[in-house]
Amino acid sequence: MTAPAIRLNDVHKSFGATRIIRGVSLTVPAGERHAIIGPNGAGKSTLFNLISGRLTPTSGTIELNGENVTGLAPYQINRRGLSRSFQVTNIFPRLSVWENVRCAVLWSLGYRYAFWRGIEGLADVRERTEHILAEIDLIDRRRVQAGVLTYAEQRALEIGITIAGGAGIILLDEPSAGMSVAEAARAVTLIRRVSQGRTLIMIEHDMDVVFDLADRISVLVYGQIIASDVPASIKQDRAVQTAYLGTAA
Amino acid sequence: MPARRGAGSPGAAAAFAGLAAPWIALALLFTVLPMIFASGSALTMLSLMGIMIVFALSYNMLLGETGLLSFGHAVYYGLGGFLTVHAMNTVIHDHLPVPLPLMPLVGGFGGLLFGIIFGSVSTRRAGTAFAMISLGLGELVASSSLILRGFFGGEEGVTTNRTKLLRVFGLNFAPQIEVYYLIAAWCLLAMLAMYALRRTPFGRMCNAVRENAERAQFVGYNPTMVRFMAFSLAGLFAGVAGALAAINFELINSASVGAEQSGQVLLAAYIGGVGNFIGPVIGAVLVTWLRVMLSDLTDVWQLYFGLLFIGVVVFAPNGIAGLVMRHEPLWQARAYGSLLRLALAYLIALGPALLLLAGLIVVIEMSYHLSVKASEGPTISVFHLTLNTTSVWPWLGTAVLVVGGYLLFRRTWPIVDAAWNNALVAAQGAGKAK
Repeated sequence: MTAPAIRLNDVHKSFGATRIIRGVSLTVPAGERHAIIGPNGAGKSTLFNLISGRLTPTSGTIELNGENVTGLAPYQINRRGLSRSFQVTNIFPRLSVWENVRCAVLWSLGYRYAFWRGIEGLADVRERTEHILAEIDLIDRRRVQAGVLTYAEQRALEIGITIAGGAGIILLDEPSAGMSVAEAARAVTLIRRVSQGRTLIMIEHDMDVVFDLADRISVLVYGQIIASDVPASIKQDRAVQTAYLGTAA
Repeated sequence: MPARRGAGSPGAAAAFAGLAAPWIALALLFTVLPMIFASGSALTMLSLMGIMIVFALSYNMLLGETGLLSFGHAVYYGLGGFLTVHAMNTVIHDHLPVPLPLMPLVGGFGGLLFGIIFGSVSTRRAGTAFAMISLGLGELVASSSLILRGFFGGEEGVTTNRTKLLRVFGLNFAPQIEVYYLIAAWCLLAMLAMYALRRTPFGRMCNAVRENAERAQFVGYNPTMVRFMAFSLAGLFAGVAGALAAINFELINSASVGAEQSGQVLLAAYIGGVGNFIGPVIGAVLVTWLRVMLSDLTDVWQLYFGLLFIGVVVFAPNGIAGLVMRHEPLWQARAYGSLLRLALAYLIALGPALLLLAGLIVVIEMSYHLSVKASEGPTISVFHLTLNTTSVWPWLGTAVLVVGGYLLFRRTWPIVDAAWNNALVAAQGAGKAK
């Protein structure tokens, strides 16, 4: 039996006396699209920061494909096949769109810190960068400075950087936040396409997006997962309805 | 899509020619420069410029490419120079078969070595912490240079004789012209290497770390490692520059590792512009020229130097290269008419600016004379004018120059502004029409 893509065992995180994550255990099997929902301040982004290595848990362990990665640095976790996007756009603002994606491609193709070979001659880097840009529909904007892209374009670039390294596990933090209905619909199509054959965990507030995409949903309230099930069951769950969905059900 | 470049295709040849052409032109320029400027002092200045170009570009690997503000870059320049001098003296003493042109390798090795040692400490942090650590390390080395007399030679430094090494092609490097060509060759080599470094996976990740070190972590890169490598390689090229300086002067002393030397390279790179590869080159040439020319003309040349630096920081934060590159979109859009009108506007504003500048210079010179050199008599000579600093009339005259120049400048600046805006609009129009 293969190990799950992600397994959290009783993870806690406190900032001083404030306990943000209070004993989260979660298993996401490989290939699943998993959504995490919950009210503001429930600790969803903190949970992502813990999984991706931006923060270290106060206690508990995090496993990636069966390997314990608790306490590793973000770049070490990334090299083990996990990539994430950010809720607040986090790109290389003064580099071109092309450079943004190319930087995200380099490590996974094995070029590491190479200072002895020219970058322009690397056909695999160029092809993969072109492929990603086509995927996120920014090929015509590749010469533009990333910082001057429109908001929706920057969100697409954010996803492009996240998937560029070909990671098997993708964490998306509110990919459709701040988008119009039409933009969100396009984002869903994009996410569905790029998460094909990968494990996806996403934080999302837009319930249409969540029920459209997710195989399973976990509900995080005050640092604890109160339910984790398929969308149909989550809709019926009493505890979820009182805690979060409220009138939506 | 960019054209696919296969080996041997005409596209590859054209691309290679496009890349190589500027370098061949530069090599030619370096070759003919001493024929145009043949005097002894010009040759000395050209040699100093070559050294400073290497030093300033190595500094730009930190500040421009990786976003690391160092206040102690002279450490690697100076230590590279000291190691070179000691290596030269050993070679001379033991009659080792090593020719002078290989000596900058020793400096480069020394710079790299100390870059690795000090960099492993300082590059763990970026931003202000890095800047402070670099300042501390600079002070540490500068003060130990006065304590460790065996290596640093105390106040007077360590001397060497560049003519006593193994001769190749009958060159003994006694005449300055031979040293110039040695420096020019190494300068070209170092420029090429540093230019090529930018166009590597590592070079691009330096930019990524500068822009957003955190995001770089989430695409697999350790920013500390990127900074450390950039720092070590910058140390290498600073060491080469230090070695060239040691060969040029046949002397190296503790000033070469000091804060003033560190400040100078910062100034040169910044004034030229750290955003472009060519910026530090412009800065190195200009700053070297100013130092030599101004120190001949006036005792307070450092004051003018400081004013220039402040002017660049306030009015042209991207340096001289940045000012020039600002016009690139206009050039690209072929808005030549607008460019010409813009040039005219610049000329109109230049007049009052020069009046203002001349007034300021006279005020500075008269004040300096009165406060420091009053015992030498009341008169000074500025701009071929003899002025009596104790009389009221020169002061009144310069006050008119300064105030009048300033007011006129304020009147003419809107012309430049308007010309600039018109040019931008025209360029955008041309861009849309294409």
